[in-house]
Order: sequence, then C-alpha cells, then structure tokens
Amino acid sequence: MLKTISIYLSENPTLRYWIVRPEWVAVILLIISIISSIQLSPFFADLAFIMDSATPYVEYGLIAIILTLIIISGEIDLSIASMIALTAVIFGTAYNAGLGMPISMLIALFSGTLCGLFNGILVTQLQIPSIILTIGTLTLYRGIAQSLASDFSLGGYPSWFIGIDYRYIGIIPIPVIIFTVFAIVVGFFLSSTIYGKQLYLIGTNPQTAKYSGIKVDRIKLLLFTLSGLVCGIAGVLTTSRLAVARFNMATGAELEIVLMVMLGGTYIFGGRGNIFGTFVAFWIVVILRAGLNVARIKIESQLTILGAMLIIAIILTNYIYSKSQK
Amino acid sequence: MTLFDKFLRIRELGIFSIIVVFVIVAAIIDPRFMTLDSWRAVFLAIPLILVMAMGQMMVIICRHVDISIGSILAFSAIVIGLLYIQFPGLSLWLSLIITAFVGLVMGLINGFIVTRFNVHSIIVTLGTLSLYRGLVFIVSGGRQIDRNDIPEHVVSFSQTSFLFSIPGILIFSAIIVVITHLVMRHSVLGREIYATGSNPVAAHLKGINVTKVTLFCFGICGMLAGVAGLFYASRFGYVNPGVTGVGIEFIVIAGVIIGGTSITGGSGSVLGTFLGILLLGIINVALPVLNIPGEFQKAIYGLIIVVALALDQLIIYRMKKLSGGINA
Repeated sequence: MLKTISIYLSENPTLRYWIVRPEWVAVILLIISIISSIQLSPFFADLAFIMDSATPYVEYGLIAIILTLIIISGEIDLSIASMIALTAVIFGTAYNAGLGMPISMLIALFSGTLCGLFNGILVTQLQIPSIILTIGTLTLYRGIAQSLASDFSLGGYPSWFIGIDYRYIGIIPIPVIIFTVFAIVVGFFLSSTIYGKQLYLIGTNPQTAKYSGIKVDRIKLLLFTLSGLVCGIAGVLTTSRLAVARFNMATGAELEIVLMVMLGGTYIFGGRGNIFGTFVAFWIVVILRAGLNVARIKIESQLTILGAMLIIAIILTNYIYSKSQK
Repeated sequence: MTLFDKFLRIRELGIFSIIVVFVIVAAIIDPRFMTLDSWRAVFLAIPLILVMAMGQMMVIICRHVDISIGSILAFSAIVIGLLYIQFPGLSLWLSLIITAFVGLVMGLINGFIVTRFNVHSIIVTLGTLSLYRGLVFIVSGGRQIDRNDIPEHVVSFSQTSFLFSIPGILIFSAIIVVITHLVMRHSVLGREIYATGSNPVAAHLKGINVTKVTLFCFGICGMLAGVAGLFYASRFGYVNPGVTGVGIEFIVIAGVIIGGTSITGGSGSVLGTFLGILLLGIINVALPVLNIPGEFQKAIYGLIIVVALALDQLIIYRMKKLSGGINA
C-alpha cells in the first residue's frame, strides 16, 4: 500500500510537491492537539477560551513570523527574547523619567531597531556567523536591561495603556487580530512579491543570489533590523499586558519562538519554509501550552515537552525535505 | 627566529596582557584588590567554570557549540543531591563517578542527535537545554536540596584538602586542565579533534572517524558539566532546580571565546581557555571592589563575547588576506 503510494508519488512530481510538505505535519499536529485537548476539557471546544489563551503568545508569534524570514534567508536571530526585555525596560525607564507615552513608545521601538541593526551590521560586515553572534548579543542585551532596571519592576502606566489583552473586537482579543493581520501581510510579501522570492534564493545559495544582482547584505541587514523593530513592538505589548517591565521577562522565549518556526516546517539551513506553517505552529504551541496547563502540568516540567518537540520538529522537517527533494 | 620573536608569536599573549593590565589598574584604583582574600575568591570562583570550559573548548574546536551544559550541571547536581538525602554516607569518589556518568549520558544524547541528524548543534542544544531543565524539575519535584542535606565531607571538598588546605575542587580542576592539555596536544585523538574542526570533509577523507570524534567531544563536555554539578553542590551547599546553572553556559562560552578559541573551529588552546576563565573570574571579583554594581556583570560578559567574536573574525580575515585567500 505504502509502496504503491510512494511509486505513484514519484511518478507525479507536482502532486508530490504538494503532498510531501512539512506544513501538513503542522496541520495534522494541530488537529491532533485540538482533539486530544477537547478530550481533556470541554473548554477547548470554546473558541473564546482558545483566543484568550492565545494572547500571551502573540508577542512571540509576531517575532516568529519575522524569524521565519530570517531563517529562510539562511541566518538566525537568537537574541530576540533579550531584545523584548531590553526594549520593555527602556520603555519603562523612559516613561518613568517623565517622557510621556508616545515618546517612550518611539524610544522603545527605536532602541529595538538599533539592537537589530547592531546584530545585522556585525553579521553582514564582519561575517560573524549569526547563530553564535546572537548568542553573544543575547547575553549583552539582557545584561544591559539588567543594568538599567536592576531588580525593580518598572510600572505606573496610565490605565488606558494597561491590558491590551482585555480589549476585544467581537470575541477576538486585539493582539490576536494584530498577529493575524501581520501574518497575512508578511505571508503575502513572502509568497507573492519579488522580494519574497529573493529571500528564498539568498537562503538556497547566497553566492548565486549575489551574482544574480541581489543585494544580499543589504537585505539581511534589513531583516535583522526589522527583527529588532518587531521585538520593540513585542516589548511594548508585553509591558501593556503585564503592566510592568522587568529585565527578566520573556526569559527562555527563544525556545518557543524557534519552536514555532521549526514546527511550521521552515528548513533550518535556509531556502525553504513559509508563513502559513509558522501561523499554524503558533496555534499548536498555544493549544499545547493551554492543554498542559489544564492538565495541571507544572510550567517548568512543560519545558521537557517543548524541548523534545523542538528536536523532533527539526528531525522531521529535515527528513521530509530529504524525501521530497529526491 | 629569536626567542623573543617566538615569545611575541604566542597566541595567548594578548589575553595575558589584558589580564595584567586589568589587575594593575584594579590594584591602583583600590589596593584591597591585591589582598589574599580577593585572590582566594577568584580561585574559588573559577574551578566550576574552568572544568566546564575544558569540555566546551573541545566542542567549539570541533566546530560545534553546546549550550545545554547549564541544565546538565543542574541535573547531575539534583541527582547527586537526592542521592545524598537517601545515602548521606556516599563517598566523594563514588559521587564523582555518578555525576560524571550522568553528564556523559546527557552529552552523548546531544552528540548523537547532532551527528545522526546533521542539525546545527546550537539548535539541538537549545532544545535539550529546556528538555534537561524540565527533567530537573520533574526529578526533584520542584524542591530545593538544602544545605543540611549535603554531607559534611562533600562541603569540605570545596573548602580544604590534605594538600596545604588548598580547596579540593581547585586541585581537582587543575588535574582536569592538565589532562585536557595532554590529550589535546600530545595524543592522536586530540590532533584528530583539531583536524575535524579545521575541515571536517578533509578529516573524513584522511580517514578520521568524524562522527566518533564529535561524539567524544560532546560526551566529554557533558561529563565535565556533570562533574561541575558535584562542584556546585559542594561549593554553594544547595541545589535549586530553578536557579542552579541557569545562564552559566554563556559565561563558559565567553571564557572559551576570549581565550582565543576560534568559533569556526580548529584552533584554540587549554592555556588560552584557562586565561580567559581567569579573566572572567578576576572581573567577577573586581567589580564590587571597583564599586561597579553587580547588575553590570552580565552586560560586561555579553560585551566581552561580542568583542571577542569580532576580533576573532578580524584575525581570520587578515590571515586569509595574507595567504591570498581573499582578493581584496
């Protein structure tokens, strides 16, 4: 049975291209997790509950979408979680210094952009491998956040700013709408514009991309800067949700963000992947986390499952791509 | 080439001069820094990191990075702590063997996934970092191992010893450093590690079993992190599942990289790594003496990593240019 399918698929390359894709793994996982969660608790059949559990992860989801672009172009940014904390702390410091809300927000976004730009310049100009450089800047940015805020919680924001996760349009919280719109825009950009196609080429073969007249370094620099900007937005969103900014917020968020991208079937070596996969993977992480919470598994013990999922997702994606490439 | 020329060509000279300058400046700003107490503090702070750095250095020379060592440390520390609650009379040697074995297994798991599935080691160990940390919580049930759970002979291991009452962990880590140096410089296996890191493809063609060498590096790295877990229990007298070893991997990586180990693999030395760790230890002790708040420590370590990476890249660039590799 399986053999006849594989022979049939190998004779129809177009069909194989559509069927043997890692995104379907994400979709199947999503269906499995929804079904098993509904078995666990009837609340999961309630869309409002799922929407509410999604809001804390929206910040990670936004970054996961930009990280998808970065990984497709063959680089990676692991300093994302530290950038969330740093921009949030800068935002809190600026507001408490009496700079007013709009200027504090601008400063937060600007500082995030600057952090991303710094990563980008070091990666493109000095050719430091991004995976190890961002390990360094991860420590650096978190350290700067700690130097700025020490062990204090920076709070005292006006009431209209606090609790963006409690504002709804219909039953959908505003952060989820922001995330969905962002995913659609970036997804359209990646799949339907010439710039999106250029990202895939850069990830597949940077040398060829360069000789085809694509400004590889400039695009990578732009992506890292964009990642910093989005982390700035995520930092402000997180501060709004928690009503305080601390240096140790979003600790370990790298894991969940990278997990979203990897579960979504983006190829770790670049050149393949899409936003749809990351979008589905976002909901997998949301439902998984909510399900584990309902099952009363400790937050810390959940790390085991997330870590194992990351490894399995990478292995599975690599396996599927190695099959579909033959 | 005169002896002086040879001296100038030693790669570790840069980091050594930085240490000397730093110590002199610190001593001028505050003479308290040159007291025996400060230096005792320096040498009590480094053994833990030094032992882990030896393993991490091997992994980095082999072109990989293992960022799960903090969780491995925590896991072996929790395991040995729970064993102490059951068997307070557990001897030090047996504890060493147990922690080393626990670490070895976890390191080999990392190595197996990296070599078998050919995925970048940082991503794999980012996964196992959380996986092992979760295991720490599951095994311990979230409870801390307290000071009075850890037997006296284990605590005294980090305080004194039969030899001029130098702390036992210091002697032990010195032995590990010497052994690592002998292995890396004077054994076939050590040279194979360097060869694998310089060019895995060429190493394979030369008949080196790259998979085996990589597995060995990850195994030893995990093993030494496991031993560091025992050091931690002995030195700090408690093991907390949420605190122990969190973020220590970045300190270790910082020390290895500023010690001159190239992140692109194939170069690096035990002496350099030792000096790198020593510099971090000195900074750690010097900050309070120089009236710099402890909150700045992490930022300084981060800055050190980034600067060291940039310098390393500039050196590689210059060497390529000198050998005509880049048409500049």
